[in-house]
Amino acid sequence: MYYHTKLYINSNAFRIMIEIKNLQKSFDGIKVLNEISASFEKGKTSLVIGESGSGKTVLLKCLLGLHNYDGGEIKFDGINYKNISDKQKMDLKSKIGTVFQGSALFDSMNIEENVMLPLKMFNNYSNDEMLDRVNLVLKRVNLENVNKKMPSEASGGMQKRVAIARAIVNNPKFLFCDEPNSGLDPNTAIIIDNLIKEITDEYKIVTIINSHDMNSVMEIGEKIIFLKEGKKEWEGSKHTIFKTENKSVTNFVYSSNLYKKVREMYIRNS
Amino acid sequence: MIFFHNIGLYFVMLKKMFDKPTKWSVMKQLIIKDTQDTVVNSLGIISFVSFFIGGVITIQMALNMTGSLYPKYLIGFATREIIILEFAPTIISIIMAGKVGSFITSSIGSMRVTEQIDALEVMGVNSINYLVFPKVVALLLYPFLISIAMFLGILGGMAACIYGGYSTLDNFITGIQTEFISFHMTYAFIKTFVFGLIIATVPSFHGYYMKGGALEVGKASTTSFIWTCVCIIILNYILTQMLLG
Repeated sequence: MYYHTKLYINSNAFRIMIEIKNLQKSFDGIKVLNEISASFEKGKTSLVIGESGSGKTVLLKCLLGLHNYDGGEIKFDGINYKNISDKQKMDLKSKIGTVFQGSALFDSMNIEENVMLPLKMFNNYSNDEMLDRVNLVLKRVNLENVNKKMPSEASGGMQKRVAIARAIVNNPKFLFCDEPNSGLDPNTAIIIDNLIKEITDEYKIVTIINSHDMNSVMEIGEKIIFLKEGKKEWEGSKHTIFKTENKSVTNFVYSSNLYKKVREMYIRNS
Repeated sequence: MIFFHNIGLYFVMLKKMFDKPTKWSVMKQLIIKDTQDTVVNSLGIISFVSFFIGGVITIQMALNMTGSLYPKYLIGFATREIIILEFAPTIISIIMAGKVGSFITSSIGSMRVTEQIDALEVMGVNSINYLVFPKVVALLLYPFLISIAMFLGILGGMAACIYGGYSTLDNFITGIQTEFISFHMTYAFIKTFVFGLIIATVPSFHGYYMKGGALEVGKASTTSFIWTCVCIIILNYILTQMLLG
């Protein structure tokens, strides 16, 4: 019962992380990911940024096991994803929460059923226990009394929150978000960013976010990886990105006059 | 080459449908929902089509038997044979390929486009089992639908025959009882069972493996209808040759 009344039980005294080494992926002979290496730590919000077609989504799909990669390795908590049995893969999947770009809520289910589905799949709780848990996570993402609404009746921001609630309902250790604030107004986008950041800090999970949004980069990018044409071009944080001289990064991040001025102000003040 | 690749992929999909089954508590609800969507919701259109086509078959039979040498009960006999042997199992299946098949392709295809299938896979769910298996189970009830089509087709024929003044009720009933071969029912239901599996799996295949956006969902629905019809017609020929030839 404890599980259902506490949002999260953080019993991970050991260091949780995801490690990628020399990851490669090609489609029809075209290299989409080229020798990418990176590590992602628990309690940190890591952002993968880059232009469209730079390989961000393919990288995320390789991490999620939706694409088979051609070379290199992915380790979750030191265990190579390719060398584990189907049962271990299932265990691992039960520890992963994902927020898709378009929320990917199931149209035929209401919000409550959407959030409850991962619980039904991986656990044997009674309906009341699952309902307690669903209400708890919905409350955590600031959604209450919306259980019976269908996804089509919810706004874009609300759908994203439901997707986050569904991603965290099963107590994940790893949270993957593919452009979580795309298509949202600036205010809702900030709320979603902050929500993901709070959840990551509070429950010490490994969070990887694919993003185009420069506000996210400046606000929550504790670790930032910049991809260009399938290669890791630069790695840093929201602090170091202001000072970098890497042309590709500055061209991408400071493409607007507003961000150029913000950067100049930051450098001047520091 | 792509044709053979797709045939192979179709059989791989059928095999994967039985791998890593979804929890029964979840599957039970999916089966009930798919039975509602595919079988129960088709009752109206199937009843309507069967009744009126049954009537048309009878009228055309009657108009082609104008000579005094033809006994009038042959109208009922021919109506029964046409409806049981071909109209109910095959033509209704082609109608179902359009109604249910395009529904299956577009619903699974939309899930593919909106990453709902990816979401299932990430949750560790065997998405083929989750999406296709309940439809196959639901369409096991398809012979029930066809038996209603047979009944209403003959009823429609009877109504058209009597109210159109082509024959008497006694003659029509004599006709539908004349030289009744029970194996024809077995043959019809074997065909129905096979067509039910085709209607559940071929559109699912086209929806599941589609690529692209909303426009491609529409294209996949059309392609799925064409291939479902092709499969039904070819299997109809093969089964008829095997069982009646």
